[in-house]
Amino acid sequence: MTSFFPQWRDNPTAALIATFALAALLIAAPFVVGQLGNAWVRALAFAALYVMLALGLNIVVGFAGLLDLGYIAFYAVGAYMYALLASPHLTDNFAALAALLPNGFHNPIWLVIPLGAALAALFGIILGAPVLKLRGDYLAIVTLGFGEIIRIFLNNLNAPLNLTNGPQGITLIDPVIIAGHSLARPLDLGFVKLPSVYLYYYLFLFLAVLTVIVCINLQNSRLGRAWMAIREDDVAAKAMGINTRNVKLLAFALGASFGGVAGAMFSAFQGFVSPESFSLMESIIVLAMVVLGGLGHIPGVIVGAILLAMFPEVLRHTAVPLQEQLFGKVLIDAEVLRMLLYGLAMVVIMLYRPKGLWPAPEHGRLAEPKAQG
Amino acid sequence: MDTFVQQVINGLVLGSLYSLIALGYTMVYGILNLINFAHGDVLMVGALTAVSMIFVLKAQFPELPGWLLLLAGTVAAIPVCVAVSLIIERVAYRPLRNAPRLAPLITAIGVSIVLQTLAMMIWGRNYISVPQLLPSEPIQFLGATVTVSKLAIIVLSAIIMAGLMLLVNRTKLGRAMRATAENPRVAGLMGVNPNYVIAVTFAIGAALAAVAGVMIAATYSVAHFYMGFMPGLKAFTAAVLGGIGNIPGAMVGGLLLGLIESLGAGYIGQLTGGVLGSHYQDVFAFIVLCAVLILRPSGLLGERVADRA
Repeated sequence: MTSFFPQWRDNPTAALIATFALAALLIAAPFVVGQLGNAWVRALAFAALYVMLALGLNIVVGFAGLLDLGYIAFYAVGAYMYALLASPHLTDNFAALAALLPNGFHNPIWLVIPLGAALAALFGIILGAPVLKLRGDYLAIVTLGFGEIIRIFLNNLNAPLNLTNGPQGITLIDPVIIAGHSLARPLDLGFVKLPSVYLYYYLFLFLAVLTVIVCINLQNSRLGRAWMAIREDDVAAKAMGINTRNVKLLAFALGASFGGVAGAMFSAFQGFVSPESFSLMESIIVLAMVVLGGLGHIPGVIVGAILLAMFPEVLRHTAVPLQEQLFGKVLIDAEVLRMLLYGLAMVVIMLYRPKGLWPAPEHGRLAEPKAQG
Repeated sequence: MDTFVQQVINGLVLGSLYSLIALGYTMVYGILNLINFAHGDVLMVGALTAVSMIFVLKAQFPELPGWLLLLAGTVAAIPVCVAVSLIIERVAYRPLRNAPRLAPLITAIGVSIVLQTLAMMIWGRNYISVPQLLPSEPIQFLGATVTVSKLAIIVLSAIIMAGLMLLVNRTKLGRAMRATAENPRVAGLMGVNPNYVIAVTFAIGAALAAVAGVMIAATYSVAHFYMGFMPGLKAFTAAVLGGIGNIPGAMVGGLLLGLIESLGAGYIGQLTGGVLGSHYQDVFAFIVLCAVLILRPSGLLGERVADRA
C-alpha cells in the first residue's frame, strides 16, 4: 500500500487507510455522478480508459523523454485487433474463414488483452527500431507521420481485400463477456442493479489500477531509472553502461502495449470502430493530459487524464447554458470551446508551469531548464 | 510518356509550394533549432484571409480581372500572416528560448490548435469554394496539359526563391541572419540584434507561407480551416530532406518531394498491379521522411553536425 503513497512510507497504517478511502471513493463514484445521468458515468469510464492511455504515453514521454505524437496509432491497433477478432466482419468477407469457423469469430477478452498488448508492443518496436537514433523533435515528427500512416491504411484497406471496411469502420463488435455475463447487459446483484456502463466503468477502473501498479513498479525499477537517466542525458546514460537503444525500445513497446489494451477495451465498449476515432487530435489530447498533469509524475498524469477526460462533459453542461444566459444564444459550441481551451492550456502550462500542475516533488529527478548554445 | 510529363509538371507545382513553405521551417530552425509546428496554420490563415478579401472585392467590383483579385488577396494575406507569426513568436516561443527542447514544441502544438479553432470560429467548419480566377483553358505542352495558374505557381515561386537567396546572401540583413544562425551570442557581440533578426525571420517565413496559401487555395479552388496541416507536414519533410536549416536545401527538398509524390501516386497503381492506389499519395512523404532520417539525418545538402545533448 505504501507504494501508492510514498509520503507515508513510514506510516503504513495511514497509507492503508488512504488506500481504502480512495478505493471506496472510486467504487462509489459512478453512483454519485450517476445521479446526473448515465452520460456522466460514461465519461467516467472514458476517464479510466484515458488514465491507461496517458500512463502508457507517460512511459515514453515522461520517463524516457521521447516525444511521441503518434501514440494513438497503438490505440488504433488494439481497437482494430479486437474489432476484427470479435465481430462478423472477417467471416462476412472471407468465405474460407467462415467455413472454418461456423459459429463466427468471437474471442474471449482474456485472449484479447494479452494479444492486444503484444500486437501493440510489436508495432511499437517496428516504429521504434529505425527512429530511435533521432533527436527529440525529429522523433516527434516521425511518430506523427507513423500515426497518420496507420490512419491512412485503416481508411484505405477496404480494397482489394476488405480488412478494415475503410471509412465506414467495423460494426457489431462483441461486448466484453466476463464469467458468462455480457457487460452490455445490466447485472442484477439482488440489492442493486448495475447498468452496462457501470460494469464497463468497473472493468476499466480495474485495468487502470493495474496500469498504475505496473507503472509505479516500473518507475522504481532498474529499467525506470535507466529511462530517467536517458531523459536527463542520453550520452551520460550510455557512458554509465545503459544500452540506450534497447531501453528506449522497451519504453516504446511497454507504452504501446498499454495503448493497445486501452484500444481493445474502447472497441468493446463502443461496439464500433472507425478511423475517425484515431486522428492526430486524439494523440495530442493524450499528450496534453500527460503534459498538463506533470510529465513523468504518475499521480499528476492520472489527475491530468481525469481532468481533461471529464472536462468536455462539464463543458457541455455549463458552456451552452451559460452562453444562452449571457448572450441569449450559443456563440461557441462546446466542442470548439474545448479544443480552444486545450490549445491555450498547453501554451499557458508550458509558459508558466512547465512541469505540469502536479510535478514530481523530488529534486534532480526532472530536467532543469538547460542553457543552449 | 504523356503521363510522365504530366506527373512531372504536377510534381513541380506541388514541389514549388512545398519549397515555399519549407523555407519558413528551415529558416526558423536554422536560427532557433525549433520546429515551428504552427507554420502550416499560418499558411491556412493567409489563404482564408485572401479568400475573404477576394469575396469582398468581387462583391464590390464585379468587373475586376481575376489576377488583380488574387494580387489583392495576397497583399491582404501577407500582413495578417506576418502579424500572426510575430505574435506567436513573441508570446509562445521567445519566453521558452532557453527551455528544454520539448517545451517549445508542445507550445507550438498548442498554438496550432488555437489557430485552427479560431479559424473554425471565424470562417466556419465547411469547405469554402474559391472561384476560378485565372483562365482555366489548358495549354498543351509535350502532350501534357498545364493551366495558367500552375504555370504561374512554378514561375512565381522560382522568382520569390531567387529573391530570397539574394536577400540572404547579398544584403546586410541576410548576413545578420546567417551570423545569428551560426552563433546567436557571438552575432550579438558583433552588433546584431538577435531578437530583431529572429522576428524578421519569422516575418519572411510567414510572408512566404501566405503566398503559398493563396496559391494552394487558388489552384485547388478550396479553402478550409484544416488545410494547413498536410502541406505543413509535407513541407517539413521537404525541409528535412534537403537538410534542415539549409535554405537551398529546402528548395531542392521541396521540389524533390513534390516529384516523388506525384510520380509515386501516378505509378503506384501500375507497379502494384492495382493493389495500392493513388490515395496512398500521403504515405510517400512519410516514407521519404523516415528514410532520410534513418539513412542521412543531415539531409541531402545539410552538413553533419554533432548531436546536441
